[in-house]
Amino acid sequence: MSQPGSLAWFARHESRLAWRDWLSMMTAGRRRRLSTVVIVLAAFLAFLHLVAYPIVKDYAHVARAPDKTALVVITGMLALSWSLMASQAMESVTRVFYSRADLDLILSSPAAAPTLFAVRIATMTLATALMSLLLASPFINVLAVLGGARWLAAYAVVVAISFNAMAFAVAVTIALFMVLGPKRTRLVAQVMAAVIGAACVIGLQLAAIQSLGSLSRTEILSSSALVAWAPASDSLLYWPARATTGDLTALAGVLGAGVLLLGAAIALFAPRFGDCALAAGGVAQAAKRRLSTSNGFRQATPRHALRLKEWLLLKRDPWLMSQSLMQILYLVPPAYLLWRGWGEGAGAVVVLVPVLVMAAGQLAGGLAWLAISGEDAPELVATAPVTAAEVLRAKVEAVMGAIALVFLPFVAAILLMSLWHAAVTVAGIVAASAAAIAIQHFFRSQARRSQFRRRQTSSRAATFTEAFSSIAWAGTAALAAAGTWLAVIGGLFALAVLLVARLISPKP
Amino acid sequence: MSLPPACAVETSGLTKRFDRPVVDNLDLRVRTGEFYALLGPNGAGKTTTLKMVVGLLKPDAGTISILGTDALADPVAAKRVMAWISDEPMIYDKLTPLEYLAFVAGLWGVDADTAEARAQALLGWLGLGGHVHERCEGFSKGMRQKVALAGALVHDPRVIILDEPLTGLDAASARQVKAVLRERVANGGTVIMTTHILEVAERMADRIGIIAGGRLIAEGTLEELHGQAGERTSTLEDTFLSLVSSEAVPA
Repeated sequence: MSQPGSLAWFARHESRLAWRDWLSMMTAGRRRRLSTVVIVLAAFLAFLHLVAYPIVKDYAHVARAPDKTALVVITGMLALSWSLMASQAMESVTRVFYSRADLDLILSSPAAAPTLFAVRIATMTLATALMSLLLASPFINVLAVLGGARWLAAYAVVVAISFNAMAFAVAVTIALFMVLGPKRTRLVAQVMAAVIGAACVIGLQLAAIQSLGSLSRTEILSSSALVAWAPASDSLLYWPARATTGDLTALAGVLGAGVLLLGAAIALFAPRFGDCALAAGGVAQAAKRRLSTSNGFRQATPRHALRLKEWLLLKRDPWLMSQSLMQILYLVPPAYLLWRGWGEGAGAVVVLVPVLVMAAGQLAGGLAWLAISGEDAPELVATAPVTAAEVLRAKVEAVMGAIALVFLPFVAAILLMSLWHAAVTVAGIVAASAAAIAIQHFFRSQARRSQFRRRQTSSRAATFTEAFSSIAWAGTAALAAAGTWLAVIGGLFALAVLLVARLISPKP
Repeated sequence: MSLPPACAVETSGLTKRFDRPVVDNLDLRVRTGEFYALLGPNGAGKTTTLKMVVGLLKPDAGTISILGTDALADPVAAKRVMAWISDEPMIYDKLTPLEYLAFVAGLWGVDADTAEARAQALLGWLGLGGHVHERCEGFSKGMRQKVALAGALVHDPRVIILDEPLTGLDAASARQVKAVLRERVANGGTVIMTTHILEVAERMADRIGIIAGGRLIAEGTLEELHGQAGERTSTLEDTFLSLVSSEAVPA
């Protein structure tokens, strides 16, 4: 038995909580579903291997000492992974400060808080690494099967990158706390996390549009202009790429650097976590008095009142607004593509339609969660003399209204170029949004609006089906925009995704 | 003008099971214009009963009538005359009290001018007059509970159902809430309230129902309950404990 309050004791406590949290998340709180979840997860991973094959097959035979082009492409992909991991890590660190959970208990106990926070940073690193390994495994496995076991070194590189990303996230979040204070850090850190996560993808896409006129990230990474501009092949910058291809010296260096950085971050910043958490705890108690001169009384039907309430709550919450609109960041490259391709016919529009449909589905999913699951006064609404169907209808209208507001300018721009493509875009946006709302309705579970960021982890099934649905509708719209009858098959597949979501959703 | 039904709330054979029967064949009759306190130990089925009455839970069996309306057949009509307040005030942090009341009035379809006048009066009466344009996010628990209470009253319900409304309130806030409820009853409204504060039930309720194991084990005025306890008890606390403990003895 470990000594209470010791590193090992906290580690055991944290790992037990993490395991139960994960189990509950994967099974939606029903332990009996575990075997089903394992089967679905295995099927999903198998499917990802099929997806990975066409993407990585050309790189499998890259030599252990790759040429500069291969080094640039692999480094670019690793940078993308790092940005996503850093984003996820920043999100986790911020959550530790602001979601009180057991912090009041621990900080008021005589146990050494830095020990707990050291363990907590390690647990977050482990969670980030495990998720990344899971998602990277299909790509690494395909490379290993086609190109040899040396590619398995990529697993260790993923772990090293996650160490590095967590060290970065801890340092940046603590720095934000010290510079901005606890009030602003939450919003800034989460916006920063989203921007870091999106910046790499968006940057590569913008560069691809600028130089190649396409949205392809790999094309820009292997372009001769970028390769010529990149540092020489013997640069230290390429060590992670070399390690990925099986260079053991580089692998030792990358792993060592990761361990060193994470260790330094824990040693330096774990003792500061307690102060930050205490400061964050005081924010809610010192909520600023915000005045509003409107009184809101107007002749309204219940549906109208519900719609107005949803819009007002969204408008009043800059954090929620930023979280929802963050998904719109991904529209920047296609908007730029549209602008560049203006007047050159429908070529650019065909590329743009699925991107818009996809973004609409994702945004609608987030807004629908807020309206349906994130209702802060569910008993008030449920005891009002309004039927459940009418409440749902009002909430759907509120979400669709917001979607229309965001996407109307894009549709108007497309309309000026092609009536057919504008019609396809509208149909795709409506279908993807409606499907996302339906999925959120199937998987509805009562939560506070402030738990918005947790929505994607509270039900993985809802998250995956929502993503699949948006992808399926985007694919359908792309086929329709290209004028092929195959769009019908795409549409049927999208409907099948919705049906599966209905079947696997918890029964009320 | 027709007379109001004699029973404001009437349940018959009301039953709800989760893992075990939580409410078991419950017959409850609350008269129009009375203050009815529903007491019982933790897990007795009080909240479940009230949640079924206000339409937050579906009963497995039984009927519910609200002022003569079958609440299961026509829930919207039944909800029109009722208000529900739970121990945890559920309001919107980002709205001001006035905006919250405007939203509630919209849900109940109250005329805007009437609702605004009522809202101003209620908030003033509850001591929130100086905070009507402030967002609720910085409010204390007592202030939030008062906003929720004002929301419940803004549509002028004829039946008010409250689940532990005084939990966490300071003495002054609790007194204000009690005064509001007393005033509603004086004006012909019906109040049903669960509470663990027996002194409140003793002083405010016209009749008291004691529920244990999902069944109504005793009901009546304070004197009638003393009689039902079958022994010389001087306070409601003694009577309550006596009735509940005798019920807990296995058959």
